[in-house]
Amino acid sequence: MTVSPDLDRRFREAAATLGLIDIGFDVVDTPIGELLVAASDRGLAAISFETDDDRVERLARIAGPRVLRSPRSVDTARRELDEYFDGRRRTFDLTLDLRALAPFTVSVLDQLARVPYGETTTYGELARRVGHPRAARAVGTVMNRNRIPIVLPCHRVVGSTGELTGYAGGLDVKQTLLELEGAR
Amino acid sequence: MEAVAIPPFERFYEEHRSEVLRLLRRRLGADRAEDAFQETFLRALRAYGRLDHGEHLRAWVLTIAQNVALDALRRTRPTSELVETGTDDASPAYEELAELTDGLGPKERAAVVLRYGYDLSYDQIAAALGSSPDAARQAASTGVRRIRRRITT
Repeated sequence: MTVSPDLDRRFREAAATLGLIDIGFDVVDTPIGELLVAASDRGLAAISFETDDDRVERLARIAGPRVLRSPRSVDTARRELDEYFDGRRRTFDLTLDLRALAPFTVSVLDQLARVPYGETTTYGELARRVGHPRAARAVGTVMNRNRIPIVLPCHRVVGSTGELTGYAGGLDVKQTLLELEGAR
Repeated sequence: MEAVAIPPFERFYEEHRSEVLRLLRRRLGADRAEDAFQETFLRALRAYGRLDHGEHLRAWVLTIAQNVALDALRRTRPTSELVETGTDDASPAYEELAELTDGLGPKERAAVVLRYGYDLSYDQIAAALGSSPDAARQAASTGVRRIRRRITT
């Protein structure tokens, strides 16, 4: 017995409207490929470059097991991402759900969020800004695990000699984002 | 032994939605099955955040579906015509405990089976029955008392 797309859609909408889900997610199409975008009632909670089951599983660790695909949950994020990739948006107005992250991580991400569109900074410089000048490596780890890439612009963080170093979405994606912003 | 992890609701829903719809169609017909389908998974979703473990989720959701169907039938039929629907399909748990729970009402039977057959919490059972945890506890305890009385007499 196949559940019709219409019945399926109605259930997902009812679940979101009634506020019964911890995290709603959807797959969003972008010029750099499909992104798994997830939001809670507190805000945007995750963006992932991979869209497999394992990623959905990880969403449950953020706010609880009531994780459901629900297009309307990520409507605002989808629109702002579209505008960003169109070159019509330079800053995101989304509230973020940074639950379940360590205080150090949150303070690094907070500084990261201030790196302007079209500019780059280094791991060492970010470490200095959070008051731990010798923690460049720890800052690198935070970038590496950044739950909300693109919106929290870890692509704007490069090595001390300007090399791209690494990126969860691949170095070519990092390069593409920096070019889109006119930084390279 | 470590408790079975609770899967994200998305996976639980994808895994069981076809079987739930099948059961509801058989009970209620194609038209009314759709509302009951929504109600079943909304009830499950309401309780899902309070699950203690991820075991027996299939039995749990099928029990919710059976009770949603029962509620729907009750709304449209005089009570005297109510058919006993608990044992015929899709519920292996009932089969194992069928002899013992024979003669209990559908809610009591569901509460006893889910509590003592599947070790589910009263929160989960309440969601399945569409009642409060207190009412679920009461249904299970009344059911057990009834069984005990029958066994000992």
